[in-house]
Amino acid sequence: MENIKLTIDNKEIEVAAGTTILKAARLHNIEIPTLCYFDLKGMDITNKPGSCRICTVEIEGRKNLAPACITECMPGMIVRTNNIRVLNARRSVLELLLSDHPTDCLICPKSGNCELQALAVRFGIRELPYQGEKSSHKRDKSPAILRDMDKCVMCRRCEMMCNKFQTVGALSAVNRGFNAVVAPAFEDSLSQTACTFCGQCVAVCPVGALSEVNHTASVIRAINDPKKTVVVQTAPAVRVAIGEEFRMKPGTIATGQMSAALRRLGFDYVFDTDWSADLTIMEEGTELLGRLNKYLAGDKEVKMPLLTSCCPAWVKFFEHQFPDLKDIPSTAKSPQQMFGAIAKNYFAQKIGVKREDLIVVSVMPCLAKKYELSRDEFKTDNNPDVDFSITTRELAALIKQANIDFSSLPEEDFDSPLGESTGAGVIFGTTGGVIEAAVRTAYEIHTGKPCPSIDFTELRGLEGIRSATIDFDGLPINIGIAHGLSNARKLLEEIREGKSQFHAIEIMACPGGCINGGGQPLNHGDSRIIQARWEAIYKADKDKPIRKSHENKSVQQLYKEFLGEPCGEKAHHLLHTHYFKRKTEFEVDLDK
Amino acid sequence: MPVKIKMKQDHIDKIKEICKKFNNDGGELINVLHQTQHFIGYLPAEAQELIASELNVSVAHVYGVVSFYSFFTMTPKGEYPISVCMGTACYVRGAERVLDEFKRLLNINVGETTADGKFSLTALRCIGACGLAPVITIGEKVYGRLAPDDVKGIIEEYK
Repeated sequence: MENIKLTIDNKEIEVAAGTTILKAARLHNIEIPTLCYFDLKGMDITNKPGSCRICTVEIEGRKNLAPACITECMPGMIVRTNNIRVLNARRSVLELLLSDHPTDCLICPKSGNCELQALAVRFGIRELPYQGEKSSHKRDKSPAILRDMDKCVMCRRCEMMCNKFQTVGALSAVNRGFNAVVAPAFEDSLSQTACTFCGQCVAVCPVGALSEVNHTASVIRAINDPKKTVVVQTAPAVRVAIGEEFRMKPGTIATGQMSAALRRLGFDYVFDTDWSADLTIMEEGTELLGRLNKYLAGDKEVKMPLLTSCCPAWVKFFEHQFPDLKDIPSTAKSPQQMFGAIAKNYFAQKIGVKREDLIVVSVMPCLAKKYELSRDEFKTDNNPDVDFSITTRELAALIKQANIDFSSLPEEDFDSPLGESTGAGVIFGTTGGVIEAAVRTAYEIHTGKPCPSIDFTELRGLEGIRSATIDFDGLPINIGIAHGLSNARKLLEEIREGKSQFHAIEIMACPGGCINGGGQPLNHGDSRIIQARWEAIYKADKDKPIRKSHENKSVQQLYKEFLGEPCGEKAHHLLHTHYFKRKTEFEVDLDK
Repeated sequence: MPVKIKMKQDHIDKIKEICKKFNNDGGELINVLHQTQHFIGYLPAEAQELIASELNVSVAHVYGVVSFYSFFTMTPKGEYPISVCMGTACYVRGAERVLDEFKRLLNINVGETTADGKFSLTALRCIGACGLAPVITIGEKVYGRLAPDDVKGIIEEYK
């Protein structure tokens, strides 16, 4: 593309035509501040309404200041990003934003991680010159997400994420003028909407308006209750991100320190969701082969393709949006819930603890897991299989509160028996990982031969929709992968129209999969962090001596000792679930 | 939060027909809302859900539009809609005190409907009957030269 020359802050620069002033400046190390602007490069996630005006700059010859994020560079343009007029305007914008903000940073869940707070620090705001009426909205607590819209700055990143990227449509700007706010329809609670609790709105919110429902206090109480035995399970994606909360480089694999920290926090047993990810593969892989064999034998009744069911946000999405397809996803529970079911129905007995005295805590990169554990079908006599789910961020907060110096901890292992896992379990943490783990096992069971290579690199990547054909020793198996619910929607519409060529499809709600889940350390728009976690997941897989789920000794032992056959009667009872058609509060049922 | 209602089948059919007339195009949302409100008298949450599903847009988006424009209302009109003229002539002759008396006796504000669905209250500008100021209408019926003391008796007529 053609290049153009312009001057920014007396520096002559050359950029491709069509580049915005903001991007041009950043390419030349001029850091214009932004607030509403959000750009997760390589993921097709951008928000630039040009509404906050924090990035305002002066362009010679123009009467008004211009927002750098949406103004394109023109040949010969002379831009000033830091003269007194610009600085004063920027400060006024910030002061006006703060005039309708609670400024209660001391007790705000985003404190220290808030982009508005960072701007106030950067501009040395010491007083609030504009005083007047402030917005007042009811707080909304759903099973996973807390909304405190008094803190909203109307950047509308959450709205973009919910509508454009996820096509869930739970949030929209409503009302007008001073009363304008981002809210669900009829200003209902999120719990009454089609919200999937993916938490991506929380992940992109620059301020404390959206945050997770915090379960750390309940976890501390359980640990300190002498009558309770408390076990913890940690999801694959947590270990490659938690280090960031302790100033470690993105992509640091901190599995050993994490186990050590959990033990020092007082958990009685430190187990691993990777273990139940291996168990999931035994069930889901067997289910896939069962359906595939029927399909190949010409059975017209069998539902194809098989869709993975590990992601609770994705599950809630199809229950709302594609209830007609609810028989297609695998009935296998997610690893979190499989772990809970085995912990409460097998492990509790094994150690002689009553079900209600065993507390299962999960550490998840996810907000939807908080919702998932609250679903009725995952409870026995009102006692949930998983009691509490905390995010990677909440675990980091617990570790800091307990005066544990994370980075100097020795590396420790998980406990036995629910802590032993394979490389296949680890890669559940990223898009493409669940299906690769399934293929490793399904291939060997179906063909009776070892995989030619354990690394199915054709299934890896960060593009939104991917596909590959895996040769099962002469039988071509078509695999589809989607992350982001807008991408999932495309594949589902193909299925609905009977055009899908896939035998199996993996779906995760978050961009990048669990490594970039709603409960992970915030990326603040830096997609290099996601890339680093992604690489770390595959490194953790490579470092494992065993990399196929069906070779997990502890899982094999569980089948021998307790479950019987994969997809057998007991396994079906404990490890499989069913789905529901879900309606929102005011939805009109048109089915006759 | 809006009240839950059960939509009548003829309302459902009519809304679907309106959407179809606009080719179920999300870009025609405002037109669809206009015609629906004209037909039902207001835009209940259930109607917005139905329109969202027919036009394939999110219901949050539909509510975003409904809540943005003051023309759209989610409050059903009462069986006997009361309109109090607040035009200049009526105003100077005490319309506000008449309005306040309606508010007090019905225990609702302007734009609201009584819990039993009988009365709704709106304030509007000149209805062209300045000679009768202050003037109100209930449905098609006009009441003129009112004082606050008359209000109780007028309400009684409809009870």
